Amino acid sequence: MSGSLSPCIKTEGGLFLNRKLETAIAYFFTLNGAFVIFVLVGIFALLLSSSFAAWQDVGLISFLTERVWNPAGFVSSQFGIFTKIVGTLMVTAGAMLFAVPLGVATAAYLAEVASSWEREIFKPVIELLAAVPSVVLGFFGIVVFSPLLARIFNLPNGLNALNGSILLGLMSLPTIISIAEDALTAVPKEYKEASLALGATRWQTLSRIIIPAAGSGVTAAIMLGIGRSLGETMTVIMATGNALQFPSDFFSSVRTMTATIAIELGEVPAHTTHYYTLFAIGFVLFSMTFLVSLLADIFLHRASEVKKL
Amino acid sequence: MKKSQLPAPLGELAADNGRSRGHHSLVEGLAFGLLRLSMLLVIAAIFFIFYDIFSKGVGMISWEFITAMPRRGMTEGGIWPAVLGTVYITLITAAASVPVGVFAAIYLNEYAKKNMFTRVIRLSIRNLAGVPSIVYGLFGVALFVRALELGTSLLSAGLTLGLLTLPVTITASEEALKAVPDSFREGALALGATKWQAIRTNVIPSALPGIITGMILGISRAAGETAPILFTGAAFYLASLPNSLSSRFMALPYHLFIMSTQHHSIEKVRPIAYGTALVLIGLVVTMNMSAILLRAHYRKKMRG
Repeated sequence: MSGSLSPCIKTEGGLFLNRKLETAIAYFFTLNGAFVIFVLVGIFALLLSSSFAAWQDVGLISFLTERVWNPAGFVSSQFGIFTKIVGTLMVTAGAMLFAVPLGVATAAYLAEVASSWEREIFKPVIELLAAVPSVVLGFFGIVVFSPLLARIFNLPNGLNALNGSILLGLMSLPTIISIAEDALTAVPKEYKEASLALGATRWQTLSRIIIPAAGSGVTAAIMLGIGRSLGETMTVIMATGNALQFPSDFFSSVRTMTATIAIELGEVPAHTTHYYTLFAIGFVLFSMTFLVSLLADIFLHRASEVKKL
Repeated sequence: MKKSQLPAPLGELAADNGRSRGHHSLVEGLAFGLLRLSMLLVIAAIFFIFYDIFSKGVGMISWEFITAMPRRGMTEGGIWPAVLGTVYITLITAAASVPVGVFAAIYLNEYAKKNMFTRVIRLSIRNLAGVPSIVYGLFGVALFVRALELGTSLLSAGLTLGLLTLPVTITASEEALKAVPDSFREGALALGATKWQAIRTNVIPSALPGIITGMILGISRAAGETAPILFTGAAFYLASLPNSLSSRFMALPYHLFIMSTQHHSIEKVRPIAYGTALVLIGLVVTMNMSAILLRAHYRKKMRG
């Protein structure tokens, strides 16, 4: 490697030219770094400006609180997304109900109990799940879970909020597991050693020292899992049945915010109220995931403070 | 030390240990058993998914299935246009996101100072990673398809996916740059190299395998995405293969979506859907595995 060094130093002109070039290069890389900010701000600005157009016609309050979504009404159109917000929150909550305990328990097992060969084998397997495209999971929901749920609960079909929840839970498991495991392994060794030295069992140490100490990191893992579920489109579009009615329970078919955009954007003429309301739904989604990412960030930051202690 | 002087949780533990040893090992056995059961449940679910797709899809896989055009309203024939479309779209995605991603990572790891600007960039990256894919789709429609008038095309969809994979590419590239020991930079600088010469001759070459790993992970994500391409260029069915950047295209994930929800005789085309799912999952998993293996190989080399 050092062999290639000397020739290129010789070839590049005087000191002054070099310095100018260096500055230019530094600016070039800075610009590429700043590009990320442009993208985020660009997405935000675009969604917000389209949303204003929608809210001028519909009204922000009725947009968020009305239950009826009927963009092509015969007499008048209605654009209330409350039912969709409930649908999105419902499948996400359902997913977290089983993915959080299962994910955190798995992370705890991998971090503290598993032998090294178990870790070697099972961690890549879990990474494999993260690689499965969401459309494949949605397909799995149609061909496997739907008939299964229909049979178990005696339903006409199994395309409902429960099916969506199961798939979203599966989908967010790898995120929850890997980040929670990182948090658990990052707990300083001294905590564990002190606890064991005082005669605590390994389980007592894990449940009362390590998990509470990793609390911030584990919370961040859960937040990121929630973020993934809120924004997921293909699995819910395929597995939840997409009915427009207000859901009564987990056996109801629901249409999430993401599914609404995906189903309707292809058919709507540009620059109509309907078109802009779809962007406004995008804005609501963006705000929700932004908030969740921000919370995750705060918790992760707190986790790194604990580590320094 | 008296019990009262211990931190609260440790004090509790000390108090607890008045109970019998047997009681504790029983509780511990049960608790660890439960944790292990949780993990096995997760693993079993993963195996079940892969087994189901593999066992029902493998019968469809043949040279003809992969390389033939669909026939008779997509009820027969192969999935060649979808395979080719996915290959094209991942290449365009890589071309769009890798340069910017790597340059941004070089900025973050080599040039950035610990200031507000850098913190905002990092915050933006983490937030972009959390933006729902359908929102990228909306952005792609508004910016590439309409405002820049690229229409629904390979280019629009590729650029949209490029933005989506940017956080993955940056994070992975930065990790690769971080793994290059400082002595590599210092050695070059001590020999009189400028900062950029040190980066170009010493840092980038040793970070390259890691950067390639990140690139593969990014495009494997892009290969499986459906929502962002729904309205930026993917087509239900095309009689001819895409022949330019402005062509519309078929793609494996979108094809699977259609074959399992939109096709006029869904039950009849179920085997094709299974075959498509297997090809897609095979493609994505192969890319992921090679990235993971490459990373492992490279880490071992760096340590040794």
